[in-house]
Amino acid sequence: MSNLVWIFVSALLINNFVLSYFLGLCPFLGVSGKLETSFRLGLATVFVMLITALCAWFLNTYILIHAPYLRLISFIVVIASTVQFIEMLIKRLSPHLFKALGIFLPLITTNCAILGLAIFSTNKGYGLAQGMIYALGAGLGFTLALVLMAGLREESELAPVPRLMRGTALNLIIAGILSMAFMGFAGLFSAA
Amino acid sequence: MPKAQQDAYQEFIKGLWRDNPVFVQVLGMCPILAVTNSAVNALAMGGATFFVLVTSSFLVSSLKRWIPRQVRISTYVIIIATFVTVTDFALQALVPQIHKELGAFIPLIVVNCMILGRQEAFASKNSVRLAVVDALGMASGFLFALFALGGVREILGEGRFFGIDLFGPEFEPWVIMILPPGGFLTLGLLLLFFSWVKERKEQLAERLADMQGEPS
Repeated sequence: MSNLVWIFVSALLINNFVLSYFLGLCPFLGVSGKLETSFRLGLATVFVMLITALCAWFLNTYILIHAPYLRLISFIVVIASTVQFIEMLIKRLSPHLFKALGIFLPLITTNCAILGLAIFSTNKGYGLAQGMIYALGAGLGFTLALVLMAGLREESELAPVPRLMRGTALNLIIAGILSMAFMGFAGLFSAA
Repeated sequence: MPKAQQDAYQEFIKGLWRDNPVFVQVLGMCPILAVTNSAVNALAMGGATFFVLVTSSFLVSSLKRWIPRQVRISTYVIIIATFVTVTDFALQALVPQIHKELGAFIPLIVVNCMILGRQEAFASKNSVRLAVVDALGMASGFLFALFALGGVREILGEGRFFGIDLFGPEFEPWVIMILPPGGFLTLGLLLLFFSWVKERKEQLAERLADMQGEPS
């Protein structure tokens, strides 16, 4: 049990996907302009990550033992098509949820954080429960980083920043400082 | 220079400098920051991406007539994934040490948006020759950017370059530069530098135009 808690906290804070593995930077820099949008994108990512973990576990256990060299291709194809399928299903069953997750679902599938999640949890040899917890932690960590970033960016809109500095350069430096703050979490579990 | 050759030259330079995928278009960020904590790792990653981009551009451009429009993106992804798998196994066999350090980031080349972007925006619409030249230019630009970042981070973070000590024992290394925050900060500052250079160039051109406009 404590093992699962550790996996969750580690993926959420200490090895945050965005701020210490640099995964999912494209949406992190691209979509973090507004608080509202970034929160929704975060939730959609959590959702896709859970599906990914399930797919990855299934593929690893039943198919890839026979053909390990197909790992990359099958991850991409299976995850993308599953997400697409589930998107259609949600559209039918719950239009409200579909509206909330919306256009983000197909976009997220090609996000490097998703493939990264599948590869990392394979490399670590996680089982089903561990993989799902890892996905949940990583997804919430992504949401946390995105929401923090969006808040900071909304503030910095009003700040008197030199013109050359505006845009990506400023965002990267904000991200750097945020990442520095997250490094503080590294000491969290060192005693355990 | 004959026209065809000049066109090819333009395509090449475009990727290397004017539309540099990293500094100007800000694409393919994930691998850039994650593996550039030393110059050697940056070169290995750049080389792997170079190979994948050039070979997939070649294949996509040669097959463009037979790829149905509706499934083109998935086709590109599968082609890219194939070459990445090849690269992954090749690196594992040839340089196991570097392969271990780059770890999961080699498979992640598949989702480098720069590669897919070139297939969709260029290789699927142009002749094989131009597509390969364009890929060579973009890949060189990417390699250059990775190398610049990796070099800066290694020099500041460890006081070394390719493992050679630069400043002697008195130098206190800025450890932060080889840790994750250093990646963000270095890339931010490099972007700032590039937009400054661009601004200067535009101002210079403006002043030159003014001077030519006025009769002396």
